[in-house]
Amino acid sequence: MTARIGVVTFPGSLDDRDTRRAITLAGAEPVALWHKDKDLKQVDAVVLPGGFSYGDYLRAGAISRFSPVMESVIGQAKAGLPVLGICNGFQVLTEAHLLPGGMLGNDHLHFICRDQKLRVENAGTAWTGDYRQGQEIHIPLKNMDGRYVADEYTLDKLEAEGRVVFRYLDVNPNGSLRDIAGITNEAGNVVGLMPHPEHAVEPLIGTGRTDGLPFFTSILKKLVNA
Amino acid sequence: MARVVVDVMLKPEILDPQGQAVQRALPRLGFTGISDVRQGKRFELEVEGPVDEAALARIHDLAESFLANTVIEDFTVKVEEVAGAAE
Repeated sequence: MTARIGVVTFPGSLDDRDTRRAITLAGAEPVALWHKDKDLKQVDAVVLPGGFSYGDYLRAGAISRFSPVMESVIGQAKAGLPVLGICNGFQVLTEAHLLPGGMLGNDHLHFICRDQKLRVENAGTAWTGDYRQGQEIHIPLKNMDGRYVADEYTLDKLEAEGRVVFRYLDVNPNGSLRDIAGITNEAGNVVGLMPHPEHAVEPLIGTGRTDGLPFFTSILKKLVNA
Repeated sequence: MARVVVDVMLKPEILDPQGQAVQRALPRLGFTGISDVRQGKRFELEVEGPVDEAALARIHDLAESFLANTVIEDFTVKVEEVAGAAE
């Protein structure tokens, strides 16, 4: 038995196919989900991929958050469905208030594309179980609106509850407060991060490492052992 | 018809690098004495029918749930009469 992991395609999604490919490489079954369709096809988990959904015209993720598929994702995420938001997907999750804080333009005002070093700060979420706590990984980062912001109270709460999942190392590429690259909700089933694990799953491309693959093997193990 | 304007600004405590870039350009243009610039968004909504309390309440909801993200932004709603409408 394997797990079925849905990947939503919004108009303007860019990394939905890479994400489905990463899921296949991890040994799970990818299921394409469509933004206009409320039906989640009984998947066991959902990934919101990177891109510029609906052009990001109002704010990144702000229009997608009201799409029909998100109605179902929001409802089921609150009931425990594992959801991973990558880059634009992270922005959608903050706009949907499934994760606290918000995303703004990079502090240097430029698009950024680099191999980014991260530290895994929480290996206990649904999506990070195959990492070691404190492990350092390299995965690509590419974004315009990657600056994570939240008020001091929220930041302190995230830190105290261990809900900062990834932190930027060496360079803070976008001005994110407290070097935060990724966070989780209270239950640990919803995770969002700016860098792109789905682009680091084969040695031939990306960083030349497969540091992103454990996202997809983590969720598979969690679902199969559930 | 009336126009309702929704102004959206980043919360004061949040860094606004766009506004800073504008502010830094000012001395070069000969403008002095401006110590800070913050850049926001303005939405002009052309409303069909009367802008009564119920209509304003709906627009307030729209601004709060969609036009602004109140985690990072503040907003104001104000009614502007369309020129000539009172003739």
